[in-house]
Amino acid sequence: MKRFLSTAVLVASFALLAGCPKPPDVKPEAPPETTANTTGADNSGATAEDADAAGPSGELLSKRIVYFDFDRSDIRADSQSVVAAHAAYLAKNPGQKVRLEGHADERGSREYNIGLGERRGQAVRRAMLLQGVAEAQLTTVSYGEERPAVAGSDEQAYAMNRRVEIVYLK
Amino acid sequence: MRKLATCLLLLCAAPAFAQLQLTITSGVTDPIPIAVVPFERAVPADGGIDVAAIVQRDLESSGRFKAMKRTDMLSRPTTASAVDVLAWKQQRNDYVVVGRLTAQPGGAVTVEAELVNVLTGQPLPLGKKWTAGPGKLRNAAHKVADAVFEAIIGVRGAFATQIAYVSVDGQPPKQRYQLIVADADGEAPQVILERERPIMSPAWSPDGSMLAYVSFESKLSAVYVQNVRTGQRSRVSARAGINGAPTWSPDGKKLALTLGGSGGNLDIYLLDLATQQPRRLTDDPGIDTEASFTPDGSAIYFTSDRSGNPQIYRLGLAGNEKPKRVTFTGAYNARPRVSPDGKQLAVLTLDDGAYRIGVQDLASGTLSVLTKGRQDESPSFAPNGAMVILAGRQGGKGVLQTISIDGQTSLRLNADAGEVREPVWGPYLP
Repeated sequence: MKRFLSTAVLVASFALLAGCPKPPDVKPEAPPETTANTTGADNSGATAEDADAAGPSGELLSKRIVYFDFDRSDIRADSQSVVAAHAAYLAKNPGQKVRLEGHADERGSREYNIGLGERRGQAVRRAMLLQGVAEAQLTTVSYGEERPAVAGSDEQAYAMNRRVEIVYLK
Repeated sequence: MRKLATCLLLLCAAPAFAQLQLTITSGVTDPIPIAVVPFERAVPADGGIDVAAIVQRDLESSGRFKAMKRTDMLSRPTTASAVDVLAWKQQRNDYVVVGRLTAQPGGAVTVEAELVNVLTGQPLPLGKKWTAGPGKLRNAAHKVADAVFEAIIGVRGAFATQIAYVSVDGQPPKQRYQLIVADADGEAPQVILERERPIMSPAWSPDGSMLAYVSFESKLSAVYVQNVRTGQRSRVSARAGINGAPTWSPDGKKLALTLGGSGGNLDIYLLDLATQQPRRLTDDPGIDTEASFTPDGSAIYFTSDRSGNPQIYRLGLAGNEKPKRVTFTGAYNARPRVSPDGKQLAVLTLDDGAYRIGVQDLASGTLSVLTKGRQDESPSFAPNGAMVILAGRQGGKGVLQTISIDGQTSLRLNADAGEVREPVWGPYLP
């Protein structure tokens, strides 16, 4: 049965490839050389080296999400200990890198929300720098409202989506 | 085996992406009665495309016309001289459109169309013939509609244009993002990019050949420009921190974009596409983003929260100018887009607790709210300046809408699957 299924899937995939319209295969060109860089290091090498990792475990260290209040980017009292635990771990493990992914809820303009998500990521970044983490260990990215954790247009969903995710890299 | 075959057929029949369905949601109270008579066909060169039906649908979708049913037509003339003016007038038409297709060598088709005002009995010149290469007949039909619209309303139609938008499928956090280009009526959609991480902020080049956009495919943000027809693309900004909100200068040689750097201070830069050199335009600790050029390229409008809340500012680019705030109505104004004539600004504005689209007259500073939704966003002007396309929500899902800037006519473009967002109206094509 299993064999039949996998054959069927294989046949189906081929049929799909052959019979269905497919978006053009878009191959990214090599990035153009960036000679002047007024805003810091280039991120173009990020993909290959920055595979995500499981990261450390522990009561606080296994918590990887920091939530924020509406229109705020200051770290709430209930999240200070989580940020401090990760900062302490990173300070002790200077070879370990993390990506801080900032997010906003869906209300308002998309690109402005990218800015709000970045403010939250930067708040976590600054707190970690103050606690002895090196700049080179931290990268921020803001997804704004583009990658919600949960669907929905109510206060509960908004509260879950206003967040910074701490992602450990390999 | 038969079951499998059926299942494959179904899989193939399912669209690979969302198809848009157009619904007129509001029109003028007295639409102009018009009859669009089936055109004389060119079989088989026309590929079965019903040019008159496309012209009729375009005109009706503007909310300004009401078309006669074909089954009510007593005759089917294909030239202006064959139109029995009195008979059409008796059937309560103001205008009749007739036309014919002629096959050309090499698979091209020529479309000739004529417009008759049956109240005066006079033909109204449409000015030209349209020759469509293979596969371009639909576009030629939209051009006929543009010309008919202009002859009657006095404003060039924007039917023979394209829109780009982002389509999203799946439930968070596993979603699939597509960048799609389609005709302005939602037909002939083509996926030009598909990724598992967000794609956002598409922007047309002034000549309509390229799109700039933001993609998070590397897990970090980067700005790309992509040729819409060949698919060839290049990454033009992947600097540390945010790379966002690209918009083309009117000469097509530069992009204004938002960069954040590793310190996360969002400011607007001007990136020369030939030299790859960015030049800083704004410098403020607040969020500066969402630049939009004036048509002459002498200034940008942008969103900034330097005063506490997001508001719109204008920055002249002549040198040493300081940004000047231009919006003072309401606590939240963002995402400005300058109209093609440079006289108006479409914005996202917080109105009575809801996010809506407003149009601000730049001379008087008066802001009029155009939409009635709770979460409308991403306004973009049609190239004739008479309509705005935007994203709204219906049943918890993102849909596209167009609305005339007098607020009288509107239509909705629903996706049959997933949700659609961030529509941008492309320019007139040569």
